[in-house]
Amino acid sequence: MLTYISIIVTAIFINNIVLSQFLGICPFLGVSKKTSSALGMGAAVTFVTTLATVVTWLLQKFVLDPLELSYLQTIAFILVIAFLVQMLEIIMKKITPVLYSSLGVFLPLITTNCAVLGVAILVIQKGYTLMESVTYGFSTSLGFTLALWIFAGIREQLELTDLPKGMQGVPIALICAGLLAMAFMGFSGIKIG
Amino acid sequence: MANKWKLIYNGIIPGNPVLVLLLGMCATLGTSSSAINGFMMGVATMVVLICSNAVISMLKNFVPDKVRIPAYIVIIATFVTILQLIINAYLPALNATLGIFIPLIVVNCVLLGRAEAFAGKNGVLDSICDGLGCGIGFTLALTLLGSVRELLGTGRLFDIVIYPEDYGMLLFVLAPGAFLALGYLIAIVNKLRKSK
Amino acid sequence: MKKLSSTLSNMVLSLGVITFVAGASLGTAYYVTKEPIAQMTHQTQVEAIKKVSPEFTNDPEADKWEYEQDGITYTVYPAYDADRLVGAAVESASMSGFSGEIKIMCGFDADGTVRNYEVLSHAETPGLGSKMATWFRDSSGSRSVIGLNMEKNSMYVTKDTDKKGEIDAITAATISSRAFLEALRNAYNAYVQYKECQEKNN
Repeated sequence: MLTYISIIVTAIFINNIVLSQFLGICPFLGVSKKTSSALGMGAAVTFVTTLATVVTWLLQKFVLDPLELSYLQTIAFILVIAFLVQMLEIIMKKITPVLYSSLGVFLPLITTNCAVLGVAILVIQKGYTLMESVTYGFSTSLGFTLALWIFAGIREQLELTDLPKGMQGVPIALICAGLLAMAFMGFSGIKIG
Repeated sequence: MANKWKLIYNGIIPGNPVLVLLLGMCATLGTSSSAINGFMMGVATMVVLICSNAVISMLKNFVPDKVRIPAYIVIIATFVTILQLIINAYLPALNATLGIFIPLIVVNCVLLGRAEAFAGKNGVLDSICDGLGCGIGFTLALTLLGSVRELLGTGRLFDIVIYPEDYGMLLFVLAPGAFLALGYLIAIVNKLRKSK
Repeated sequence: MKKLSSTLSNMVLSLGVITFVAGASLGTAYYVTKEPIAQMTHQTQVEAIKKVSPEFTNDPEADKWEYEQDGITYTVYPAYDADRLVGAAVESASMSGFSGEIKIMCGFDADGTVRNYEVLSHAETPGLGSKMATWFRDSSGSRSVIGLNMEKNSMYVTKDTDKKGEIDAITAATISSRAFLEALRNAYNAYVQYKECQEKNN
């Protein structure tokens, strides 16, 4: 049990995927202008990452490893993710149009979100079991959502401030992200178990 | 010929993938902790970019529109994997420093972005030039950011000591420094572009 | 050539051909690089053993002995001078690094003095944790572990006051430093296990 708590806390706070691992920066900068869309994106990423982690883990253990094809890892994983995203889009459209109308717009963006592929590769590198992988995938994307949400809140306030011309937009956003990353550094060193 | 130079130049300065188009941020922030790391990552990305641009432009008529994105991804992933194998075989030290960011070249938006915006519509030679230009632009941006972070953080530049390490601001080698340094770099670039 | 239209058969055909060619070229690349990769790994191994181990007259790779504890396999490459055990190179790992596994190769004399070490692989932050490759042999302060005795010295970072640690941690990379020292201590433990096992056999 302690292992799982440790994985969760580490993934959300200590090694936050955006603020200390630098994965998933594109959506972090792109979809963080409003808190509502940030939460939508976060939910979509959480869903896809968790699902993708399970599928890629099974693929690695039952197909790539036994056949000694692990050099195909990168290409196999990215195809699985692209396929999953497409399927999810189609299924969601048919079954839950309400959910689709709120998350649908974010789905195509997820294929090129490196956080998803990154997590899939990382759990294999770390040698996690299936349950640990799922926990890691889920909590990492929670960490992503948390960072995105806080950041969107900051950017909503930034809209109202008067800035030098060159600083407007992305530069000030990056500097705020830096300050946020500094705040998250305060979590490092926490050890559980 | 002048046209080709223009294509290359366009990727380096006016359409710099990192500093102007703001693409490929993950790799930029993650691997620019020192000038040499940034440079290596830039070169690795450039090699894949040129190859994928060339092949995609060759196949542009063979790939139906609806499945072009999966086809591009397969092509890019193939080159990334070949690069990974080559690095493993001949440059294991590089593998140790760049780590997970090598397979993640696949999802670098610069590659898919250039495939979609340029290589899928233009000829082979033009696409190679475009890949070369963007690749150089990407490498330059990463090396520049890496140099700034290395110099401020450790007092060295390409591993040559400029001032004693004890005076360095280690923050710049760490995660927050990456965001701060890139933010100021883009601000400076914005300023220069506007004053032109 | 005109652009293929998006009919189902065209889409399947074109994706199929692209995937096939991609698969074939990857297979080729794999077979071409397989040999160099294996050679490179082997060569790094032999060089790492030579670098850290005391002078030996046997073939440590042939005499290697594996020991497993907590899911990590430690490989002991014993060094014999004639028939006398003079020390060993031990391949060890720790899972408690900042970003996962750290693999090291370290060498001990017969009495447990650290001769040298080599970091085989790690995923630590470039510029911080990655400094471990040189940090723990730097003679300034109490950074170096070389020449210290595993039995007499406390191989923990100075921040671990309850353990009376004697080693300076890498600046801003205490977690990496702790993991490194853990790998070192476990390596020595594997070496001790090996010695006991040998004595029993004799």
